[in-house]
Amino acid sequence: MTQALLREIIDYANRANPYPLYEELRRTPVSHEGNGPYVVSTYHEIQSLLHDPRISSDSRNLKATGDDPLGQSADDEGTALPPSFLKLDPPDHDRLRRMTNRPFGPPHSPRRVHDMRGELHGLVDGLIDGIATSGDLDRVDLVDQFAYPFPVTVICRLLGVPHEDEPRFHVWAETLAASLDPDPDADPAQRGKGTMDARMELGMYLAGLIEERRKNPGDDMLSQLATADGPDGAMTTMEALSTSALLLIAGHETTVNLITNGMLTLLRHPDVLKRLREDPGLAIPIVEELLRYEPPVQLLPQRTTLCDIEVAGVAIPKGASLWLMLASGNRDPKRFENPDRFDPDRKDIQHLGLGSGIHSCFGAPLARQEAQLALSELARRLVNPRLLQDPPQYRQNAVLRGPRHLPIACDGVLPKAG
Amino acid sequence: MSGGGTRDGSLEQLKREGRIVVVGASLAGLRAAETMRDKGFTGSLTMIGDEPHEPYDRPPLSKQVLLGNAAADHTALPRRRAIDADWRLGVPATGLDMAARRVRLGNGDEVEYDRLLIATGVRARPWPNPEEGELAGVFVLRTRDDGEGLQRALAARPRRVLVIGAGFTGSEIASACRERGLKVTVAERGSAPLVGALGAVIGEVAAEMHREHEVDLRTGVMVTALEGDPAGRVRAAHLSDGSTVEADVVVVSLGAQRNTEWLAGSGLGAGPRGIACDAGCRAFDVRGIVTDDIYVAGDVARSPHALFGYQFLSLEHWGNAVAQAETAAHNMLSESTDRRPHLWVPAFWSSQFGVNIKSVGVPPMGTEIIVTQGSLAERRFAAVYGYQGRVIAAVTFDNCRWLPFYEQQIEGTAPFPPPFTTVDRRPEGNKPVPADFPDPSVPTHGPTITLSGYSPADRKMTFTPGH
Repeated sequence: MTQALLREIIDYANRANPYPLYEELRRTPVSHEGNGPYVVSTYHEIQSLLHDPRISSDSRNLKATGDDPLGQSADDEGTALPPSFLKLDPPDHDRLRRMTNRPFGPPHSPRRVHDMRGELHGLVDGLIDGIATSGDLDRVDLVDQFAYPFPVTVICRLLGVPHEDEPRFHVWAETLAASLDPDPDADPAQRGKGTMDARMELGMYLAGLIEERRKNPGDDMLSQLATADGPDGAMTTMEALSTSALLLIAGHETTVNLITNGMLTLLRHPDVLKRLREDPGLAIPIVEELLRYEPPVQLLPQRTTLCDIEVAGVAIPKGASLWLMLASGNRDPKRFENPDRFDPDRKDIQHLGLGSGIHSCFGAPLARQEAQLALSELARRLVNPRLLQDPPQYRQNAVLRGPRHLPIACDGVLPKAG
Repeated sequence: MSGGGTRDGSLEQLKREGRIVVVGASLAGLRAAETMRDKGFTGSLTMIGDEPHEPYDRPPLSKQVLLGNAAADHTALPRRRAIDADWRLGVPATGLDMAARRVRLGNGDEVEYDRLLIATGVRARPWPNPEEGELAGVFVLRTRDDGEGLQRALAARPRRVLVIGAGFTGSEIASACRERGLKVTVAERGSAPLVGALGAVIGEVAAEMHREHEVDLRTGVMVTALEGDPAGRVRAAHLSDGSTVEADVVVVSLGAQRNTEWLAGSGLGAGPRGIACDAGCRAFDVRGIVTDDIYVAGDVARSPHALFGYQFLSLEHWGNAVAQAETAAHNMLSESTDRRPHLWVPAFWSSQFGVNIKSVGVPPMGTEIIVTQGSLAERRFAAVYGYQGRVIAAVTFDNCRWLPFYEQQIEGTAPFPPPFTTVDRRPEGNKPVPADFPDPSVPTHGPTITLSGYSPADRKMTFTPGH
C-alpha cells in the first residue's frame, strides 16, 4: 500500500498535482513497507526530525539502501568530489557551512545579498526586455526566457565567474540540471556520458578559477572560499570545489522552480496577481505562502537514523532511510487552517519550504530576494498575462518539482521602471 | 459585577464594559493588554508604569546599546495592535485595596478595577551600601535610563571598568566592554561566571571565554567596599582577598529584586520572592486562597510548574513574560472551564564574547550533566542536565538549532543519561559528570508529569504516579 502510494508519487503522471496523494499519505504519519524508506508526511513529525540530533544527513550512515524508489538521490553523487556540507553532519558540516557563510551573510557579510539588489533588478529588467523584443508575445516560455537564465546568471555573479565565461557556464549548468531530471526516453548511456563530461569540465573550470583567485583574489565568493583564513582555517581545493558545485546546483535549481511555480500559482489566482501588480510589497508574503503551498523542494530523501528511534508510535531502526515529505507537511491540516488554499494574507506561516534546523536552506535570503523581485516585476510589466497550458509540462524530477515549460501569452510588455 | 465569570452573562458584561487595570507597562503588561483587546475586550483599560517611557525591550540594553550600536530610546517594543488604553506613565502604583478593588498611585490618584493584572517585574539589586552606590560612575543595568547612562560612561573611554557579579548580565556587560576595547575586571563570588545559572562545568567554559578575551576575571572574591575621590566619583574597589581594583566605572550586577513592596499590607500573597499565583496566573492572598480578579504575569510572578514537581518558579525570561501574559489575559476574560494553565518550558538566551548561549528547562535543578554534541573545549556544544534519572534542562553554546529536540526531551521527561547516540558525539559525551551547582536546590521527590501537544490549546499532560 505504502510502496504503491510512493510509486504513485514518483510516477510522472502525478507530477502536476501530487497533493491528493500527500493527503492520503498523511493518514499514516510514518509509513513504511518492506525494505522501503520510512516516509514521514505530517508537519510536527517532520519539524521534530529536522531538529533531532539522532538523524544524520551523511549517507555513509545508511545501513542498506533497500528498496528505494528514487534510487540514488539527485545531487553531486557520482562525482569524485567529497560530499558537500549538505550531505555531512557536524562537526564537518558546521565548519564548511560556517566558512561558506563568512562571505555570504551575517555577521561577517551582512550586506552581501542586500547589495546585490540593484544587479538583480538589472538582470530582471533585461530578461523582461528580452521577452518584449522577442517579437512573439502570443507564446512566451517563462522558464526558458526568464526563470532559468535569471538564477544561473545570479550565481555566476555571486561566485565571480567572468562575464565572458557565462555562456559556457550556462551550458554545463544546464546539462547537470538535466541530469537531475531524467528523461525516460533518452539513451541513458549517452546521457550519462554527457553528464560526466559536463561535470569534469565544470570541475576543471572551477579548479582553474580557484587557483587563479588564490593568486588574485577579488571580492566574489569564490575568491573568499579559496583564500579563507578565519578561525576555521582554510578550505582544501577539493572542499572549495564541492562547496562551489553545491552553491551552483542548489543555488539555481530551486529558484527556477520557485519563480515558475510562483507565476503558475499567480496566473491561477488572478485576484492575487492583480493585488501584486498594484503593491509590489505583497511579494514578500506571497513568496512565503508559495514556499508553503508549492515548495520547490518537495521532499528530503537522504536522512538516516543513527540509532533506533520512535516517531509517532512507529519504531524506526538504526540506519533506516528516512524521507521527510516537506510539501506534505506544508499542507497538514493539523498545522495550517485551510492548507489547500493559497492565501498570501495567512498570518501563521511557519512552513517547511526551506527546511529547518542545521540544514535549513543556506541560500534562503538570496532565493527570497530573487523570487520577490522576479514575481513583482513580471506582475507589473506583463500586460494581461494568461496561461496557454494548464497544467503545464512538468520536469521529470519528483524531488525538485516544477514546470519544464510555462507557456503564456500576454498583450504587451510595459517599459521598465525609471 | 461579580468576580468570577458566570453563566449569568457577567463575563459578557465584563468584556463589554468592564474596567481592567494593568500595573506594569513593560513587556508582559503590553502583551497582556494586546491579547485582551484581541479577545474582544472593549471596556476601559488602564496601563500604569513607574517609568516615563512607553514599553521598551530590555535584551538590547546589555548588548547593542552598550556597544553604541543602538540608541537606548530606540528599543520601544513593536506593537502587535492598537490597545486604546489610558496610559499612566511615570507614576508608580503605591498600594492596593483588594476589598474596594482600587489601585493607589504615587500622585494620590486611585484607579478602580474589575480585573487587575500585576506585571511590575523586577528591578536591579542596588549596591548594599547606599552611600557608595551613590558615587558617580557606579551603575546598575535594568532600565532604559540605566542603559543610556552606562553607554555614555563607556563611550567616554574609562581607564578600567569593574563589573561586580558574573551572571548573564554581568558577563554581557564585560563582553561589551571588551568589544569596545576597554579594560575590564569582573569580580564574582562564585567559582566561575554563570555558575549559578549553569553550574561549574559550564561555568569553566564561560571563564575561558572571559580570559581569552582578556577580561581580568577574579572569582571566589567579594567586593567589600567602593572608594570615591573627594569629588564623589568612584575611584577604586576593595576586594575580600585584600586586593584593590582601580576603576572609574563600576557596574553592580548582582541580580534582581521583585517589585512587590507596594503590595505590603494589601493582603495579597506578595513578598521578596514574588507574587504567588496558580498555574492559571490567579494571585493568591496571604491566606493561600486564590483570588479571582487579580492576575499576575512576568518576572514578578511565582507559579507552580507541573514539569518541575509543582515548584513555584519565578522566571526572569523574556519568552516567559510573553507567554504568561497571554495566558493571564486569556484567563481574565474566560469562564473557569475555558481557562488554561501556563505550562511554558523555561527558555533563556544570552550573547557574549561572540557566542550565542541558549538554555531550556531549569538547569539549576540538574545534578548531572553530559555533553551530547560538540565539545566544551571548542565552545560549540549541546549539554543535557539530569535530575533523578530524567532530562531536566539543556544548554547550547553556538548550537541552538538542536534545542527544540532537547525541549521535547524535557517535556517528555526523557531518561537521563540519554540512551541514544547523536551526531557530533565526542568522547567527553560518553559519561555524565556532576553539574556542580554551588547551592543545589533539591526539590522533593514527586510524581512525574509529561507535557505533549503543539500549542497551548492542545497541550496535554500525562500523569505518572511517583514510586
